[in-house]
This record gives sequence, structure tokens and C-alpha cells, in this order.
Amino acid sequence: MNTMTAVNTESSISIRDLTLNFGAVQVLKRMDLEVAPGEFIVLLGPSGCGKSTLLNCIAGLLDITDGQIWIKGKNVTWAEPSERGIGMVFQSYALYPQMTVRGNMSFGLKNQKMPQAEIDARVARAAEILQIQPLLDRKPGALSGGQRQRVAIGRALVRDVDVFLFDEPLSNLDAKLRSELRVEIKRLHNKLNNTMVYVTHDQIEALTLADRIAVMRGGVIQQLDEPQTIYNRPANLFVAGFIGSPSMNFIHGAVKGGKFYAEGIVVDLAGYEGGALIDRPKAILGLRPEHLTVTNTAVAGKTIAATVEIDENLGADSLLWLKAGDNQISVRIPVEDRLNAGTSVHLEVDMSKASIFDAETEARV
Amino acid sequence: MADTGISSSSGARGAPGSVATQATLPIARKPSRLFRNLASKIALVPMILTVLVIFVGCTIWTVVHSFTSSKLLPKLDFVGLAQYERLWGNDRWMVSIKNLAVYGTCSMIFSLVIGFTLAALLDRKIRFENTFRTIILYPFALSFIVTGLVWQWILNPDFGIEKVVRDLGFESFVFDPLHSDQFVIYGILIAGLWQGTGLVMCLMLAGIRGIDEDIWKASRIEGIPVWKTYVQIIIPMIRPVIVTSVVLIASGIVKVYDLVVAQTSGGPGTSSQMPALYVMDRMFKDQNLAQGFAASTMMLVAVAIILIPWAYLEFGGKKSRG
Repeated sequence: MNTMTAVNTESSISIRDLTLNFGAVQVLKRMDLEVAPGEFIVLLGPSGCGKSTLLNCIAGLLDITDGQIWIKGKNVTWAEPSERGIGMVFQSYALYPQMTVRGNMSFGLKNQKMPQAEIDARVARAAEILQIQPLLDRKPGALSGGQRQRVAIGRALVRDVDVFLFDEPLSNLDAKLRSELRVEIKRLHNKLNNTMVYVTHDQIEALTLADRIAVMRGGVIQQLDEPQTIYNRPANLFVAGFIGSPSMNFIHGAVKGGKFYAEGIVVDLAGYEGGALIDRPKAILGLRPEHLTVTNTAVAGKTIAATVEIDENLGADSLLWLKAGDNQISVRIPVEDRLNAGTSVHLEVDMSKASIFDAETEARV
Repeated sequence: MADTGISSSSGARGAPGSVATQATLPIARKPSRLFRNLASKIALVPMILTVLVIFVGCTIWTVVHSFTSSKLLPKLDFVGLAQYERLWGNDRWMVSIKNLAVYGTCSMIFSLVIGFTLAALLDRKIRFENTFRTIILYPFALSFIVTGLVWQWILNPDFGIEKVVRDLGFESFVFDPLHSDQFVIYGILIAGLWQGTGLVMCLMLAGIRGIDEDIWKASRIEGIPVWKTYVQIIIPMIRPVIVTSVVLIASGIVKVYDLVVAQTSGGPGTSSQMPALYVMDRMFKDQNLAQGFAASTMMLVAVAIILIPWAYLEFGGKKSRG
């Protein structure tokens, strides 16, 4: 993507041609990533995809095999973690249990021989931002998980750095706290406008927090885009399947003469937003559950005939599981439109939001 | 858990919800407390008896007989504190106490420091870690007698370290701690440390390994030097392991006996006497049971004075520490 010499000094973090091997295993493969100042980047992927490894490389906790890392226009490829101008928050909080909250937040600064008045000012400011003033003299053992993670964020905050790295910070919290703290992190980002790199396997966190999401698999970034683009125009089959819950419906078939053919299904592809629809003997039609509508009238080329199997009530809406030929299809419907099992219906396809993938390359057409 | 079917008065009252119409049905009774966890209680009986008879009983028996004039055989003719007056007027005993103080202090400090340092070095993800760990722990598998003999030879001026260094050309080199009144205790200390630090190292290493990797990452991000992380963060975090090590080392110090027997037999003269050696010599060499009992009672008192307040602080106040 980048020429070897051109270093984009505009970028807050610039990763060029990064490779990391563990023995014979290539964990990160020639990776390039540019993060703009103040941008919130989420690294998203299943476990073992290399997202935490990439974060540790940026932090300097892992020595890379090849490539360069630039932070704020400085080549930090071989710099110590403490010299890179970063703060980091961990999944396990990593607080020092024998020190008070104040001690945890000021330990690193004291070690830099910073004047006490400056330390106090920074701790007070961080505590105010994170609303943890009443906890300053307590020890981490006396705090709840959410409070501990706030303290851990505070410890990164007092370092007064431009880049924050989050390594699955909410994974150890229960669902309610997770959503609370998620909002808090978003608010923090709006307030401080720092560059943030955030690792998670939770797509909700990714979609809500990110300016751009990097979806990773096998040490390679599959797609780097805004959340809405990732959701509506997934670059390949993996991204399409990974993002969205329930997962996108995939129908295996063929594209021929502007139409999609599968067993018992013919769909006109007019209105598809994407590349040219050349004939493909093997293609996959991807439809999100919320982009299908249930109707009673069949329209040739626009609808898919299906039979209701299960109706799941999710509270806010309802999830319909249907069978169309051999294909299992899920559709999100309003809760008041619930249908009984065995009902035959027709599903109207919104072609402008559908995705077609080449079955060979798995890339979106 | 045992369903005994024995009704107790408290069991009948334990079911206030039962109404008259249900009187014909069998009423679930709360089992007697005595029979709850019956299997565990039965299993504990031998140990309880051992503690009561062997530990408590024999300790009391020993203390009582230390106030008598028993010689070869125990007899109950009380002589008050006479045995204790003799004990504290005895030079050998005073030397033993002094030796124990030197040996104990040095052994405790060096075992902890060397053990922790070795553990920290092994923790740095070195190659052949298992090999090194085995080598360092190996002396622990030897008996004190073997350790004592080995170090008696190593420290022997005629064919040990002194001989080797002199053969290298340093003709005036002198290293003969075991034949010096002043330094003999340090000769024993070296052997004791050689045997004991391996275990301390293994305990500490296990403790260090139990610490979350993220703590290390956090301290690296904050730029805290490795040694400072060990001293200020890791050591307080492995406190329980250190407490265990201290207890093990301390019990080893108080009962040090066979090492001295094998290395010096208390010599030269009486300069490497130890309290346990004094006790054994009085009881079985001099056939003076009461004097040996008095000495062992003093050891018990000393241990109790140190141990009881400490145990109270360490384990009694646990709840307040959160």
C-alpha cells in the first residue's frame, strides 16, 4: 500500500509492512495500518486472529520480526514501551494490589521523578474525569470490576499521552457494566480526542465505539472501514459472517444473466450496489435478517418462498427462522407480526442492501 | 449429611411449619449436629488423638519433668527451677544460644535473598530453566548428614577449597572455617544454605509465575525498571509464598542438629554447639534427662514467644485485611 520511503507524518500511528513470527508461525503478515490523530480504531476478530498481538507490537511489548512502527512521526520500532508515548489498559486491569488507587495512578510518574505537585494535579484531573475521587485511598481489592477498570484507565490517563491502547478492557465485566463503561470510553474519547486503538472480539463494542474497524483473521486485516460500511458492504465472506447477530444469511447458487439462481430460488439482481454482475457458476448471496421483509404475495424475481420453522421472541423484535428449499434463513420482524410454525410466506429482498460473493475467492462482487 | 433418623428435641422444633393434618406423615427432622459430617469426624479422630497425646501430652510431660532431678530415668522429685539455673549458668548453653542467633539470622536473610534472586533470574525466560532448577533443588533431596559430610570435605584444608586454591599458586591462601572457633558457625551456615535455598527458590518461582503477565506489561509501559518491579510490586504480591518460606526456614533453623553432628560434632571445643545438640547430649550422653528437658523447654518457650504473636497477626487478623 505504501511506498517504502514515504512516511505519513500526518498519521498518529503508522504501521508499515509489519511481520511477526513466533518460531515458524507467521502471526502477523506484512501488515500496513495508518491511524489518523484522534481516531478511534477497533481491531476486531475471533480469538487467535492476531489482534492482541498487533496491539502488543504497537505497545512495544513484543519485538517484531520485520517492518516499522511510527508513532506521532517518530520511528519507535525499537523503542522501549515507556518511550513510545502510549498508555495501555488491560483486560485483567493489571493494578498493583498492594497500592491504593492513588498509588497505582502515581507510581509510574513518581518513578519518572516528576514533582509531587504535578503528580497530584494529574491524579486529581484523571480522577475527576473518571469520577473516581471517592476511591482514591482504597485498594483495588475493595473495588468492583468496573471501578477497577476505571482506575486502570486513570493510570493510563495520568501519563498524558497521545495514544491509548485498550486490550479487551471490558471482557471481564458483566453485560450491564460493559455497556456502561462502553459509553464512558466513548465519552472519554470525545472529551480527550486522543488516538485510541481498541482490541475486542465483541462486535457491538466495535460497531458502537469505532471510527474505523479493522476486521482481522489469521494475522491479516480483512477489511478496514467505517462501521456502517463494514456492516453493509462487507469486503468478503468472513467479514460478512463475523459481523452481525444473528449472522448474515448465505444462499449458495449461481449468477447468470443478472439473476441469482439457487435451488427453488430465482432473484433478480437489479438494484445491486457493487461491482459488475458477470456470470458466475458459483456465487453466494448474502442477506441480513433485517433486510428481508415478510409478505403474502409472491412477485417473480423479487421474493423467495419460505416456510416458517421457529419464531423467537427477542423482546424488542422477533426472529423468524425459515426454510427456503435447503437454505435456512433468518428474518428480523416486528414482534407484533409473529407467525406460527408451518406458515408459508414470501420474503421480499432489498437488493440495494444485499451482498454477492464469489464462492471461489470469497470476495464481495 | 448422615441420615441418622435419631430425633432430638431441637429437631422437632426445627419444623414449625408442619400442621396437624400432616401429623401422620413422617416429619423431616433436622439431624443432630453431632452426627453431621460424620465421616469426616471419624476420619479426623486419629489425628486429633495424635495431636492430644503426642504433641500436647508429651510436651506437658517434658515440661513437668524439667522441674525434677531426673537422671537416667524420669522420676517426679521436684527441685523447682534448679535445672534452669544450671542451664543458664552453663557456658555450652550460652554458646549454643549465640550460635543459633548467628546461624538463624544469617540463614533466614540469605535463604530469602538468595532464593528470591535465583527465582527472579530463572523467571527471565532463560534457556535450560528446568535443568538449572533441578540442579539448584537437588541438594534438598540429600539428608543433612550427607550435606554435612560433603561440606566437611569441601572445607577441609588438606583436600578442599584451600588445597585447590593453593595448588593454583596462591600459596598463602587460608580458608579453614571448620577449625576456627570464630568462623565455624559460618562453615555450617554455608552447608545449610546450599541445602536449603533450592526449596525457597522453587517456592518463590512458583509464586512469581502465578502473577498475571499483564502486571509486567503495565510496569514496562510505565517505564519501571525490572528490579524495581520485583522489589516494589512482585514481592508484595507473593507475600503468602514468602510467609510459607519463612515458616519453613525458621523450623529448619530451630531444629538444626544433624548438620552440626556430621560436620563438626559441636567442635572445635564447644564453639559450634547448637541448642538441639545440647539437648541430645544432655539426655543421652550425660544421662541427665531433666537438664535436657529444661533446655528443650527453653527452646519451646522461645519459639512460642516468636510464633504466637506472629501467627495471631498473620492469620487472626485476616478478615480485616480484606
